[in-house]
Amino acid sequence: MSQTSVLFDVAGPRTRARHRVYTVISLVVILGLAALLVLRMADRGQFAYDLWEPFLTPEYIQALLVDGLLQTLKMAFFSVILAVVFGTIFGVGKLSDHASVRWVCWSVVEFFRAVPVLMLMIFLYFSYGAGPGGLDAFWCVVIALTLYNGSVLAEVFRAGILAVPRGQSEAAYAIGMRKTQVMTQILLPQAVKIMLPAIISQCVVALKDTSLGYAITAPGLTFVGKQIYTDFQNQLQTVIVVASLYVSVNLVLTWIATWVQRKFVGEKKILEVSMVAETEVGAGLAPGAR
Amino acid sequence: MRLTRTKAAVAGLGLALSLVACGDAGDDESAGVDVEVQEDAGSEFDDGTRMKELADSGEVIIGVKFDQPGIGFKGATDDMPVGFDPELGKVLAASLGIAPEDITWTETISDNREPFLQSGEVDLVLASYSITDERRAVVGQAGPYYVTGQQLLVASDSDIDSLDDVKGTEVCSVTGSTSLENIEAEGATPRGFDTYSECVDQVLSGAVDAMTTDGAILLGYAAEHPDELKVVVEPFSEERYGVGYSLDHPEMCQWIVDTLTAAQEDGTWEEAFAATLGASGVETPEPPAMDECPAA
Amino acid sequence: MELVLSNFDLYLSAFRLTIGLFLVSAVGSLLLGTLLAAMRVGPIAFMSKAATVYITVVRNTPLLIIFVFVIIGLPKLGILFRSVEELGISSFFFRACLALTLYTSTFVAEAIRSGINAVPLGQAEAARAIGLTFGGTMTQVVLPQAFRATVPPLASVFIALLKNTSVAYAFGILEATARMKYFTNISGNDLPIFLIFAAGYVVLVEIISFGANRLERRWRVAR
Repeated sequence: MSQTSVLFDVAGPRTRARHRVYTVISLVVILGLAALLVLRMADRGQFAYDLWEPFLTPEYIQALLVDGLLQTLKMAFFSVILAVVFGTIFGVGKLSDHASVRWVCWSVVEFFRAVPVLMLMIFLYFSYGAGPGGLDAFWCVVIALTLYNGSVLAEVFRAGILAVPRGQSEAAYAIGMRKTQVMTQILLPQAVKIMLPAIISQCVVALKDTSLGYAITAPGLTFVGKQIYTDFQNQLQTVIVVASLYVSVNLVLTWIATWVQRKFVGEKKILEVSMVAETEVGAGLAPGAR
Repeated sequence: MRLTRTKAAVAGLGLALSLVACGDAGDDESAGVDVEVQEDAGSEFDDGTRMKELADSGEVIIGVKFDQPGIGFKGATDDMPVGFDPELGKVLAASLGIAPEDITWTETISDNREPFLQSGEVDLVLASYSITDERRAVVGQAGPYYVTGQQLLVASDSDIDSLDDVKGTEVCSVTGSTSLENIEAEGATPRGFDTYSECVDQVLSGAVDAMTTDGAILLGYAAEHPDELKVVVEPFSEERYGVGYSLDHPEMCQWIVDTLTAAQEDGTWEEAFAATLGASGVETPEPPAMDECPAA
Repeated sequence: MELVLSNFDLYLSAFRLTIGLFLVSAVGSLLLGTLLAAMRVGPIAFMSKAATVYITVVRNTPLLIIFVFVIIGLPKLGILFRSVEELGISSFFFRACLALTLYTSTFVAEAIRSGINAVPLGQAEAARAIGLTFGGTMTQVVLPQAFRATVPPLASVFIALLKNTSVAYAFGILEATARMKYFTNISGNDLPIFLIFAAGYVVLVEIISFGANRLERRWRVAR
């Protein structure tokens, strides 16, 4: 933010007056919109107590937190852990000296980054989800998210490994270490530190995407929300409550990511991927890394 | 509402289940029919049949809808789904000597019913499951235990009056259902949603011109909103709900048909209907005659 | 596989809908996103706060919840956007685009802001030094350079948007993912069907990546 202040001078009296006018105008517009929404809600009886009642009833709060939030967190947790494993393997694979390995890893990663997670979930669930003793909706969500987030992380890992100063690997080779040793003992430990905040940011993406399990009857916050609004016809109220739960958890995660960033990496920017969470593209990552 | 409860004490193969306790279900209004849990069910069936295996194990997994009020619905805090399908599921389980609380209910949605049956993920499917030749090629379907037909639910002041009127309109139904394919064939723009209740909301708010699915479901919704909604058009398809089972166990068909026929005769079927679909004001229809089972 | 090939018109019309959702929402989020970014870096504290709150809340909410809000929640308030039908646009399409735009614009805003931050400080200082106003500094010096720096992250945002159009499947739009489900539903052999639909997305993603690379190369600032 310190930089944006360069964009304009310290305001003089006339500018300050003008800014006050703008402030008032924008305040009026935003308050007006809010008032319109509130009035509309009141008009349609959306503030009726029985529409909000489930969110004040212990049983439903428990359902939201235990069957909802906890399951959502579990799905996100498993998929991020597995995605880190997947990402390490394929990220390192993309840096392999063997062209064939590189090519295979590259195509796997490209494929899963291009396919919508929802489509992947639907395919997994409806085509393989009913395998004998096999995948229930929970694991279909976890696998789909692992493949997608793992592919994103593979890019992060590749960029992270390349971000380790070249002298490090050169020195390691010079003292006679083998390729695997250089990777596991020199590059990865340093890369992980750089990547940690990006990995935590990826948790936010995974957490949000667990809601897509809605389409395949997977458990989680969105699913419980749907059960409640089907029962009580309180769609708006449910959306407000469920959204605020998601936002709170994500803010905590973001806060942790920033803290880890400061603690372990210093004031440098989080790896590019986290800026555009949700997304990828080699182009956006460590430009010229190759 | 009184429910017969059993504490199943299965001591070993062929040993009798003992009926221990009769309890009171308390203030649960939506509880359905009384089911008489068959004693000594295992001995009723021949060795090697799936029914005997189930009766001996004392457990059965039934796939039902969790999101269709009246048919099969489970609220966020409910332990068990309620609706016409689960009620009949309890009847079937009872004939195996399995009490309602020992049934494992699994949610099935329109598109996962065949895979679930094929893989043995569920033993039975009662999930507004229309009998079709395509489905009968991959899974078994016994029944019909209920016959309904596809109709249209529209706003009271709607101009839609015949099937020809839907051309060029937007019609809502559940993704992956046959109703949606049928209405697309009629020239309407299909709007697929996840559940019927979401569709009803779309009709009520005027976002779509009509909603289509089986008449019984629509009548229920129309009864809930008599001033705003009406059901139009004679049924233009025949949907015959069947009980899904795996083709690996063809012997189950005759048992399902016999059990449900008995339920139709002794009034349990009507009771189940009145307590669930009928609760929204639909008159209880005549139970349908069931198909012959294919020769095993 | 044959099922899809013999109904290839259904495949194409589904992807046409996916592309339509993408293009309309892309333009919408570019406009709203630029506005949000301008509000956020601008000198008016209240606007900056308001934009920050909007971006924080919407970015951290799952897209699916935003869809539920727009398509299932808003009709409860009688907000249906049926008036767009006079323009020949279906209200479902419009509302799906609205949900995608509300969500994606926050990512666009962040991408643009990071682009603005990437413009070297000296540029803005020099512009200020020769007496340009805030508007002049932004439109003539900072933004043209920021947009260049913004191309790669924006491409990422738009690729995500393309894939996110699939969420519309559960809200009444028969786009590619819904069509895939229609096919896998009536066929026994699902893998080829999945691959042929996945291929459609891969091609579209590659087109966006390729376009972004070309743009970036053409606009790259010589430093």
